[in-house]
Amino acid sequence: MELTPEYLQNRLTEKFGDDLRSVETTYGMFSFEVPAALNLKVLQFLYDDPELQFRFLTDLCAVHYPDQKGRELAVVYHLHNLRKNVRIRMKIFVDILQPDVYTATALFSSANWQERETYDFYGINFVGHPNLKRILNVEEMDYFPLRKEYPLEDQTRIDKDDEMFGRG
Amino acid sequence: MSEIIQQPAHHVKLPEGSIGKQTTTLNLGPTHPATHGVFQNILEVDGERIVSAEQTVGYIHRAFEKIAERRPLYQITPLTDRLNYCSSPINNMGWHMTCEKLLGVQTPKRVDYLRIIIMELARIADHLICNSIVGVDSGAFSGFLYVMQYRELIYEIYEEICGSRLTTNIGRIGGFERNFTPAAFQKLDRFLAEYPGVLKEFIGLFERNRIFMERTIGGGGISAERALNYGFTGPNLRATGVDYDVRVTSPYCSYEDVEFDIPVGSTGDNYDRWQVRNEEMWQSLRIIQQAYDKVKAFTGAEAEVYHADVPEYYLPPKKDVYTKMEALIWHFKIIMGEIDMPAGEVYHSVEGANGELGFYLISDGGRTPYRLHFRRPCFIYYQAYSELTTGSMISDAVITMSSLNLIAGEMDA
Repeated sequence: MELTPEYLQNRLTEKFGDDLRSVETTYGMFSFEVPAALNLKVLQFLYDDPELQFRFLTDLCAVHYPDQKGRELAVVYHLHNLRKNVRIRMKIFVDILQPDVYTATALFSSANWQERETYDFYGINFVGHPNLKRILNVEEMDYFPLRKEYPLEDQTRIDKDDEMFGRG
Repeated sequence: MSEIIQQPAHHVKLPEGSIGKQTTTLNLGPTHPATHGVFQNILEVDGERIVSAEQTVGYIHRAFEKIAERRPLYQITPLTDRLNYCSSPINNMGWHMTCEKLLGVQTPKRVDYLRIIIMELARIADHLICNSIVGVDSGAFSGFLYVMQYRELIYEIYEEICGSRLTTNIGRIGGFERNFTPAAFQKLDRFLAEYPGVLKEFIGLFERNRIFMERTIGGGGISAERALNYGFTGPNLRATGVDYDVRVTSPYCSYEDVEFDIPVGSTGDNYDRWQVRNEEMWQSLRIIQQAYDKVKAFTGAEAEVYHADVPEYYLPPKKDVYTKMEALIWHFKIIMGEIDMPAGEVYHSVEGANGELGFYLISDGGRTPYRLHFRRPCFIYYQAYSELTTGSMISDAVITMSSLNLIAGEMDA
């Protein structure tokens, strides 16, 4: 069975019904959203199903959308069926005040550090992770630097002493 | 006392009658001469044997993903240089292709072939370093010194094209900044003529060398199943017997026009990884030769094509900027980062020298990426290091580290 976007959508709808949302195929990649609480169920289904077999976790990262109230943080999984060579993208959204997401480490060993990295930069709390601590940043850091409330310096700011920067 | 001392890994059986802690904690790194980069490993050792290893990474983290959120596309290329700096051109090209995918830019065939030549040269340079360092770590220095000449020649080819050697910033969105010079082609000719003999000699130094074989066979092995679960890609995955290669499964940059084989190993140990890399260098030479022949087949005006016609993203030649209004406008708009890109989400990956290098780019229609995430292959597979080395000797763990081709710049982003 070829894993066309229609086929994938049918299979997922069959299994998860209305929980499957925002289905789209952009730039050749089938992409969908599921409720955060279902992430493991969906990953397990995609992993186990004899037709689907999405058993390679290519990438795991987060995105911050400060304007979406109640669903500010997105966790994005890129999965790959190596046999049939199909890639898909799965997203879940969580509230920034309670960013709890079940860990995928039981399914994919590769999720371990990627989840730590995601925690490090976005503060996603991966429930059940064996060793959820900062990985790239210093341990004493008390904020999550890739969130949008920490903008990089505005390049047009004028409150600096220009002489110090060769602009005087 | 650290956590690992109190809780030794459960799968390790201490000798019968052991009481309490009988192991030593050893810091290997962060700046140890044997680690070739900034890696720290907190080893728990029983004599010479490793009981458990915990890695600390992030010593050279430079927040590239954050910086990229404030930069126009063309200014992100130099950031990608500094990921896997042993083969920066592959990162650069991967980034250009990601942008081209988002922007819908079609590159001319000649550009694709020129890119293939550069990317395969970079792959050879990277594998050359990795394999000769495996030699150094097992006590054979001459191979390393010998092949350096040819890495130098590859760097000179880069220099002819983009002016720099290590952090290349080579190419632009849509093509190359300038056409390959005759000197570049001459150097490429020289490389193609001389390198096969050198590679043959290099392999001859090690391949059936008893010391090398005994040091590497069986060390740092992993099964295909575990490797896939750990997200291995590139030569490290192929050494376990899985023929996954992005160049073949999702061809980019006209790789479908050239013919080559994917070498695979079977045990996934240090020797297999080393062998797979050597064979990949032969395959890269094959690819370069084919791409070079295709480049030579272009005649007339086609032979002068080195970029796509995309004035919104491709900087016009300086001569035109000084004399033509249109070119001046585009130059100004590009340099000031005033070009909006289409909104969308793109994942594009290339076969980097050490695995699948992916770029996940989210654009909200602004002038800079809304979010950019790099899938850095060695960050993902370095997790397996503790599983690979548990039970082995410290000196084998050092070889395992170099044969994994870990690049600190890429790991820490």
